[in-house]
Amino acid sequence: MIVALSIFLITIGSIAFHFWSPWWWTEVASNWGNMDDTILLTFWITGAVFVAICFFVAYCVWKYSYKKDRRAEYKPEDKKLESRLTWATAIGVAALLAPGLVVWNQYVTVPENAYKVEVFAYQWGWKYRLPGEDNILGKTDIKYISDENPFGLILEDPNGKDDLLVDEQELHVLKDRPVKFELRTIDVLHNFYVPQFRGKMDMVPGIVTYYWLTPTRVGDFEVLCAEYCGTGHYAMRGRVIVDEEKDYKKWEAKQITFEKMLAKSKKNDNLQLVKKEK
Amino acid sequence: MSDEQDHKLEAKSDYVADASSVSTPDIDAVPAAELPDQELYHSHSWWTTYVFSQDAKYIGIQYALTAIGTGLLGLVLSWLMRIQLAFPGLGWLEPSSYYQFVTMHGMIMVVYLLTALFLGGFGNLLIPLMCGARDMAFPYVNMLSYWAFVVAVLVLLASFFVPGGPTGAGWTLYPPQAITAGTPGYNGGIILMLISLILFVAGFTMGGLNYIITVLQLRARGMTLMRMPLTIWGIFTATVLAMFAFPALLVGCLMMTLDSLLGTSFFMPAMVSLGEKLTHEGGSPILFQHLFWFFGHPEVYIVALPAFGIVSDLLSVHSRKTIFGYRMMVWAIVGIGALSFFVWAHHMYVSGMNPWFGFFFATTTLIIAVPTAIKVYNWILTLWRGNIQLSLPMLFSLGFIVTFLNGGLTGLFLGNVTVDVPLSDTYFVVAHFHMVMGIAPILVIFGAIYHWYPLITGRMMDETLGKIHFWITFLGSYAIYFPMHYQGFVGVPRRYFEIYDSPYIDTSTLLLNKFITIAVLIVGAAQLLFLYNLFASARLGKKSEKNPWKANSLEWQTPQMPPEHGNWGKELPKVYRWPYDFSVPGAKEDYIPQNQPPSEIIGAKVEKT
Repeated sequence: MIVALSIFLITIGSIAFHFWSPWWWTEVASNWGNMDDTILLTFWITGAVFVAICFFVAYCVWKYSYKKDRRAEYKPEDKKLESRLTWATAIGVAALLAPGLVVWNQYVTVPENAYKVEVFAYQWGWKYRLPGEDNILGKTDIKYISDENPFGLILEDPNGKDDLLVDEQELHVLKDRPVKFELRTIDVLHNFYVPQFRGKMDMVPGIVTYYWLTPTRVGDFEVLCAEYCGTGHYAMRGRVIVDEEKDYKKWEAKQITFEKMLAKSKKNDNLQLVKKEK
Repeated sequence: MSDEQDHKLEAKSDYVADASSVSTPDIDAVPAAELPDQELYHSHSWWTTYVFSQDAKYIGIQYALTAIGTGLLGLVLSWLMRIQLAFPGLGWLEPSSYYQFVTMHGMIMVVYLLTALFLGGFGNLLIPLMCGARDMAFPYVNMLSYWAFVVAVLVLLASFFVPGGPTGAGWTLYPPQAITAGTPGYNGGIILMLISLILFVAGFTMGGLNYIITVLQLRARGMTLMRMPLTIWGIFTATVLAMFAFPALLVGCLMMTLDSLLGTSFFMPAMVSLGEKLTHEGGSPILFQHLFWFFGHPEVYIVALPAFGIVSDLLSVHSRKTIFGYRMMVWAIVGIGALSFFVWAHHMYVSGMNPWFGFFFATTTLIIAVPTAIKVYNWILTLWRGNIQLSLPMLFSLGFIVTFLNGGLTGLFLGNVTVDVPLSDTYFVVAHFHMVMGIAPILVIFGAIYHWYPLITGRMMDETLGKIHFWITFLGSYAIYFPMHYQGFVGVPRRYFEIYDSPYIDTSTLLLNKFITIAVLIVGAAQLLFLYNLFASARLGKKSEKNPWKANSLEWQTPQMPPEHGNWGKELPKVYRWPYDFSVPGAKEDYIPQNQPPSEIIGAKVEKT
């Protein structure tokens, strides 16, 4: 009796907790609200299964508790029931999978009008790079990284000259414009994660990974590293600010290009090299 | 080999001679023995009896106690971590020690506790007994397997004492960070961890070959594969998985050791480490992740399948009812085992691998939910119209059903690639895998210990202490992990030393952290009660009758209980049926042991198995 009742109460308690829990996801700030929808769909289907099975167990424990003079039913198999249950499960699983795959297809297909931002991760912090007027991010190589060239842009690549380098933890992005984050790390794995954006992707040294989103509301959001990257992992936080066009332009105007950055540094040899070769 | 062949023939001809004497009625006929009776090693000194034992039962106990001892360290580490998370103001831990504890806790629990306990512990104890063999096929190798495990554990523990301490790379040991300067233990602890894993795999291979060959070759006469208890099916399939999966871990460990010690670049691309350019070039960190999870996902089932098998038997025995859909259960175990090799990259949806893989791995992962669901249905249908005894093993089995169901269903969130994106690397994942491969299998382990304890010691464990232990463990761990999922929804990332000043996290989330930590401390402390019960009952426990649960499987049918060396006295048992003939209509008792000949139960309407 107590056992059956406990299983019953655990089930009821879980449902109650689910609906009254103060802990729920943050208000979404990107186009990936449909990820939330897939979670909700999954909740309904799996929740129904959870409740049904727990109630069934509680009922069995209550109804068929041991009596000395009673015998259990002897029925090793029931082909029909087993195949029905199998098919019902398969259908339920397909109902979960199909919408998931549709959304995933959107997630990995970057819209053509998305503008690019490079997110640059290191132990333990963030930097950002915008493509500048030519809309092309210059090529990079770990070998080129130095105090004067912290992003490791390849000096010989002319596309890098007008890249805007944001050497701080804060990034601004435009509201309602799709943005493709090109993710680069110079050391270990990291992951550029803003809870309100929902998106995530690891950054892997040696390759450039990506994901995209469209910010849907103006705001100031925290960036977290979501892939363990060493002792400073928990402190690797930045900020993303979603702006309307006007504010964004103001911010963008304050950023300096790679060319200017090199000019500013006292050793101008690198710049001379670039100019000569052209 | 040819020698063995000869023996085999001889044995067969023996049987023919035996059968012609017609001492038993026809309905009791069992197939001929295919191998001669095993010759056993008999110990003759204290050392060979109690230390370097070659008796599988004894090795099983050695494995189990070593695993539990190591697991206790893992438990204490979890306390230390949880105190830090709940009370960051105390300044209790340094970030580096926090990460070291996280790493050691994870690796200890998954490999050195669960894998070793299920396969090394229960495998050794139960395979020969349940199959009706005298011992494992290769007792000497079996002993070596255990001692390799001991050395692996010692090397692992040694890493606490090297400069820099144990590795803090997370139990997944992802390079490059595992072997570069930003991670604690990057040049000492990690090497010992890798060596320890290599030793573990070597030791496990010796044991694993034994389990597989014993199941395939040494079953008693009449014990067909489809008459084996599901416990054996689970352990057997898990061992086969381990044989295929551990090599991937082994090469991963070897390659990383070379990267670290010799400067090779298997997993190391050109990179900068804390301002310093390294000499590595051209390696792929994702390659390691593929190797790791090609091992790591089957590993989940290496732990889960023995638990599935054992819980099936516990449910059947303690509800006095045939396991429902035995054949489906067997095929589900085998199917899950096979499928488990095609789902590994669902741990890597956002790892930076080609995102198009997501479609494939999400599909395979959700397919594996079908046989898993079948198992759950069959467990609960076993209860249906049963005669349910709420003994300790049954209580823990019911706890398993609830926690496994919960953890399995949240797996459908994480396996479905899109749903995984916002949840991956958050506390949702931590809650999911603890529920499904931490709590659920451990509840089965407890159930199994309470169930088979009389077989080992001849005494029963204390029922009252056991019940207190059950309720605290079951309700407590549910209270720990159920709310934790919701921290994951908020977006609290895992592997964070502290999270307290994040603007998007409500302070109540931190309050929840305190609640969880208190529950962790209580549940952990309740395990002391279990340990007391475990050791004290060996002396003080009520004497157990033979076959106290009235079970059918062979381990309870030995001439002596606890079984002695060689298990079966003079003659090996003969098997006439499966182990699930409970409550057969027309039978006198509500159980018919596997070795009871049909001529003794005339009138019982058993189905042919």
